[in-house]
Amino acid sequence: MSDIAQKQPSRPSALAEFWYYFRENRGAVFGMWIFIGFLILAIFAPVLVPYDPTEQFREHTLQPPVWAEGGSWEFVLGTDPLGRDMLSRLIQGAQYSFFVGIIVVSVAATGGIFIGVISGFAPKWADTLIMRIMDIILAFPSLLLALVLVAILGPSLTNAMIAIAIVLQPHYVRLTRASVLSERQKDYVTSARVAGASKMRLMFITVLPNCLAPIIVQAALSFSTAILDAAALGFLGMGAQPPTPEWGTMLAEAREFILRAWWVVTFPGVAILITVLAINLMGDGLRDALDPKLKRS
Amino acid sequence: MLKFLTSRLLTFIPTFLGVTLISFAFIRVLPGDPIIVMAGERGLTEERYAELMTQFGFDKPMIAQFWDYFVGVLQGDLGQSYVTKKPVWDEFFALFPATLELSACAMIFAILLGLPAGVIAAVNRGKFFDRALMSTALIGYSMPIFWWALLLIIVFSGNLQWTPVSGRIDLIYYFPNETGFMLYDAFVSGQKGALWSAVRHLILPTIVLGTIPLAVIARQTRSAMLEVLGEDYIRTARAKGMSPIRINGVHALRNALIPVITVIGLSVGTLLAGAILTESIFSWPGIGKWMVDSIFRRDYPVVQGGLLLIAVMVMIVNLLVDVLYGVINPKIRKR
Repeated sequence: MSDIAQKQPSRPSALAEFWYYFRENRGAVFGMWIFIGFLILAIFAPVLVPYDPTEQFREHTLQPPVWAEGGSWEFVLGTDPLGRDMLSRLIQGAQYSFFVGIIVVSVAATGGIFIGVISGFAPKWADTLIMRIMDIILAFPSLLLALVLVAILGPSLTNAMIAIAIVLQPHYVRLTRASVLSERQKDYVTSARVAGASKMRLMFITVLPNCLAPIIVQAALSFSTAILDAAALGFLGMGAQPPTPEWGTMLAEAREFILRAWWVVTFPGVAILITVLAINLMGDGLRDALDPKLKRS
Repeated sequence: MLKFLTSRLLTFIPTFLGVTLISFAFIRVLPGDPIIVMAGERGLTEERYAELMTQFGFDKPMIAQFWDYFVGVLQGDLGQSYVTKKPVWDEFFALFPATLELSACAMIFAILLGLPAGVIAAVNRGKFFDRALMSTALIGYSMPIFWWALLLIIVFSGNLQWTPVSGRIDLIYYFPNETGFMLYDAFVSGQKGALWSAVRHLILPTIVLGTIPLAVIARQTRSAMLEVLGEDYIRTARAKGMSPIRINGVHALRNALIPVITVIGLSVGTLLAGAILTESIFSWPGIGKWMVDSIFRRDYPVVQGGLLLIAVMVMIVNLLVDVLYGVINPKIRKR
């Protein structure tokens, strides 16, 4: 009897438990590896690029990729209309996309969580006021609002990031508030209050950590939205400005050559699609692993 | 039900006020004096400038200006375009049918393919077909639609020469613009080939705009169906010996439709955002392209008015979805 008791494993740590469930979803793990691969590309972009992404090789404009007729190993993925190396620009573009994703999600999540927690604890009138303001922002289609905000602030990658962060923020506010409201009624919160915890402590130390699961999933999903929206703004000429090798901007520059040189259009789009797909796969896996309802069934 | 309706309508009013305030504030924070922007490169004398300031009411205090604007909005007066000098309201409703036609086609496309795909995937859960469909749906969901549009143009307009690249109809056809809905106008005109030309122009934009709603609907239908298929009444229906088509198609789907309808309603905002990209790429003369063009031309009254009208439209649709949801699902009303 004591033998069996000894063999019983200790309760796994939260992280180990999470990994156990996350690993079950093969798509999610696959997405995670692709994501890590792109992350490495983004971090080491300055070392990895074969050429300077803005250097123009005038004798090699619109050269096809190596496997197509007329291609050479000199420019593996071909060159764009100005003779710039596609591969170098794509690698450099990965850096911009991750930069956009990380900054936008951090700004939107920090602000959104903060407002959401306050809204969940605030008196009813303040809560209503905050939620109405969020409703107003959500009434505008996100891309349109971002576009107009960028038009006010002036087109640049920084302003595009600010605009997208503002547009994404209400989702975090709503999500955080909803979780806070349901957590607040639980016994452990009452006991913390009875024990004399201050309001600040209740809000950010007692309740918030227990609300994080859906917020993490939202963060993963809005990472991909941020990349997509930044690329869309770049494509419309309201995001990163040429010659920045941002993927959406690259597509916009390549538009007039679509019927002559398929590679200048195809590769930046493939890069966006694969990145977004990998993040969405990962997000699905995160949701399955963190959602307690589905987990133990 | 009446109480439910009133409470929904009451939340509509402050949001509407806020949306108006935002679109009003927008033109005031823009860099540059609106009068000077309007004058363009010709420049203005000082007297004319003062005259115009009074004419447009820019010399009044901000609160009074907002009040004037708000009263104007309620009467359908959104100012006039700097470029065309036509009222924004008229321009919006002249172009709106084009966007509505495209969005409706995209939605029909998404529903016609998405619903069956979701049902089939749910019924064959875990099998190859389910995996293939859901992988495709995830790819569609992650698709940068502006790139998707370019790819389709390369293949279908470039290589195969099946579809035109832009516009709503070939230029050889001319008929009066009666309703603004090209399919209907072309049909009524009776000109040979006009309807076919309009349809061919619609195909690619419809696919592009419908892709994301299609993926969302397929995913939502699948998960709603999976939930319903586990219920007791489905087991009962099976035990009674009903045909699988009747069980899945009638009993299960009808109950799974509630969340799906919500998703469909909520994708109206997504559609309008998607219309901005789709219409710009295909030169589709609708609201989305009009907004983008106006932003680039710094035609501020148009941007302001368009923003407001689009937001109000999204709000109305969301309100309708809310009410419809309350009608279908009585549990919601009680809350």
